[in-house]
Amino acid sequence: MQLKVGNIFIKDLQFGPRTEVKNQTLFVNREELTGHLLQDEHLAQVELEITHPGESVRIMPVKDVIEPRVKPDHDGGIFPGMVSKMFTAGQGTTHVLKGVSVVTTGKIVGYQEGIIDMSGPGAELCPFSKLHNLVIVANPVEGVTPYQHEAALRKMGLRAANYLGEAARNVTPDETTEYELLPLHKYHELYPELPKVAYVYMLQSQGLLHDTYFYGVDVKNIVPTLIHPTEVMDGAIVSGNCVSACDKNTTYHHQNSPVIHDLLARHGKDLCFVGSVITNENVTLLDKQRSSDLTAKLVEFLGVDGVIISEEGFGNPDTDLMMNCTKIENKGIKTVLVTDEYAGQDGTSQSLADGSPLATAIVSGGNANALVTLPAMDKVIGNIDPVEVIAGGFKGGRQADGSITVELQAIIGATNELGFNKLTAREY
Amino acid sequence: METRRIVLYLNQFFGQIGGEDQAHIAPQSFDKPIGPGLGLKGLLPKNCTIVGTIVCGDSYFNENLEEASATVGEMIKDFDPHVVIAGPAFNAGRYGMACGTVGKIASEMGIPAVSGMYPENPGVESYRQYLYIVETGNSAASMRTALPSIARLAGKLANQEPLGSPAEEGYLSRGIRKNVFAEKRGSDRAIDMLLAKLQGEEFETEYPIPHFDRVDPAPAVADLSQATLALVTSGGIVPKGNPDRIEASSASHYGRYSIAGVESLTADAYETAHGGYDPVYANQVPNRVVPVDALRALEQEGKIGKLFPYFYSTVGNGTSVANAKKFASEIAHELVNEGVQAVILTST
Repeated sequence: MQLKVGNIFIKDLQFGPRTEVKNQTLFVNREELTGHLLQDEHLAQVELEITHPGESVRIMPVKDVIEPRVKPDHDGGIFPGMVSKMFTAGQGTTHVLKGVSVVTTGKIVGYQEGIIDMSGPGAELCPFSKLHNLVIVANPVEGVTPYQHEAALRKMGLRAANYLGEAARNVTPDETTEYELLPLHKYHELYPELPKVAYVYMLQSQGLLHDTYFYGVDVKNIVPTLIHPTEVMDGAIVSGNCVSACDKNTTYHHQNSPVIHDLLARHGKDLCFVGSVITNENVTLLDKQRSSDLTAKLVEFLGVDGVIISEEGFGNPDTDLMMNCTKIENKGIKTVLVTDEYAGQDGTSQSLADGSPLATAIVSGGNANALVTLPAMDKVIGNIDPVEVIAGGFKGGRQADGSITVELQAIIGATNELGFNKLTAREY
Repeated sequence: METRRIVLYLNQFFGQIGGEDQAHIAPQSFDKPIGPGLGLKGLLPKNCTIVGTIVCGDSYFNENLEEASATVGEMIKDFDPHVVIAGPAFNAGRYGMACGTVGKIASEMGIPAVSGMYPENPGVESYRQYLYIVETGNSAASMRTALPSIARLAGKLANQEPLGSPAEEGYLSRGIRKNVFAEKRGSDRAIDMLLAKLQGEEFETEYPIPHFDRVDPAPAVADLSQATLALVTSGGIVPKGNPDRIEASSASHYGRYSIAGVESLTADAYETAHGGYDPVYANQVPNRVVPVDALRALEQEGKIGKLFPYFYSTVGNGTSVANAKKFASEIAHELVNEGVQAVILTST
């Protein structure tokens, strides 16, 4: 089995009479896409906007960011089991529109999360400031429940990405990477001299706006399971969360999951990447015990020497992280944890809510409580009003000149715990 | 370059007033360098001048902390310095505590401070976050090596030059987490760290796990039917409209709300301010997070003596442990003072 991923580099994004890729520009038929999205009975209003890197634009509140992709050897779109028919992701061919994304915004259930600044200091902290973004501002019909509202916005973003992805179906990629997928025992035979490594991929599953989906299944309801690393590239994992936006994984993060991509890039060179286990971060102790027990069992079953464990979120899931670490280390398998920190605005507080003496190797995505002042932008897409009540905002954070002071927490992806960024924290 | 003013703080011994027999002296101010100041003079950048020295006895400082702090603070203010240098104190405990306090006073005035201490000096643990403490040996024999580092740091601070990490600059870690950009992204750094760990090579964790407090549960209340019981939550339940504006995450404060005569927390009067969990069920029935209804029933049945007429609420989401400790200490004091024997803590 193999997956061929073909990147098509997009340098510009414009509205146009038809949706297509021409001269490295993605043109979008605004009316057609709007009509397509409004087919969802839960949505009352959908507006499209385009933003480019460097513009004086603030997008807020951001719910999700999605990369448009298509499988030229399949009918229909990606995100199987969620907005497309079921197929096993991660095999065959995938075309990627690199350099663009779909960003969903509009009134969001409960707290109104996530800022993307397209320029200024906020742009240095956010990976999505470097992309040409098609922003969808959507509002639901009256009377939807919070759960229907969240699901409608989530699926809308995925459908929009699939719509754009269609434009890549018959385009020849600029670069192609091939990934070979082998039966488990072959990995152990292939590189006997290299250390065997696996990945434990923790997915947020604490409830509304803190959920993640695997082939359409709410991850709250899964037990830990094995995945091929390439499955994420076809949208097997979808984000349903954005609260405390800095360390929540958007769908874009999952599609480009960094530990998976970096392990694949080094596979056969200085390590042998045997497999990945996805697990959840439920709120009850019994769930935490079950998931960490079964995660440790699967890692042992893979027969690896070491694992990287990535967390999503903070506080309550710090316990899941430490339980996974402890149980895996106790099996004689070495761990490295990827997390971020909540060390207080002054950086002097203890960074994690839980710890283990076995957690000796930690990679930090930075202190999410650190403050940043974001200057006023010429244009706001969405709504700036909730800025003092979002996670990371506080009373008095909005100044008369239009600038806002927030914790990094408010910037989507700023302290990502999949290791997407270069930001870290050091002790001074 | 513009002239920079530096003030020195010394104890009675290094201030050349006397030994232990002079440890009782109150703060005195001199408008010239004294003792180690003479050595520092030649080591500081050319634009830095030691404009004064404040000398205080170690016993006096530690036994009259408030008064000594106030006086030293005034004396510092009179010199209007760019930087304060305190010590070095080496392993002298009382001197280290005094230097640390001086550093804290200066930092509260917005003036950076530098000291030098042996890592085990209690002044390091208590005050390291307020000033830059250069690592010294355990006695004044290391004065010669300590002064150049102190002078270099003080010079940089005086001239507002950016400071590097503790290892780069030679000061003891201040326990302050600061964001920086690494060369590689986190996933790649994790792989490097794992390979080093697997090969038994040295690696440096980016966050050393601190010692965690483990609190033993208090003994059970002998007779609940006589006890006053209070409700305290980190689940963010507040009167509708969140009058105290408790933050959805990273709470900076907590609220105390009267439930005198309230039989049940209803959706029209209460809601959650918490941004970290699904708020739907908490907003529908706030008793799910702060179980006033159940406790009123127990009160009626006589199973508990009475429910304390206020509940306390904050948001646990992303709230720093330092803030949480502060809230807990204040709340606990109030509850004890008001005769509460038991507390139900609800989290979410």
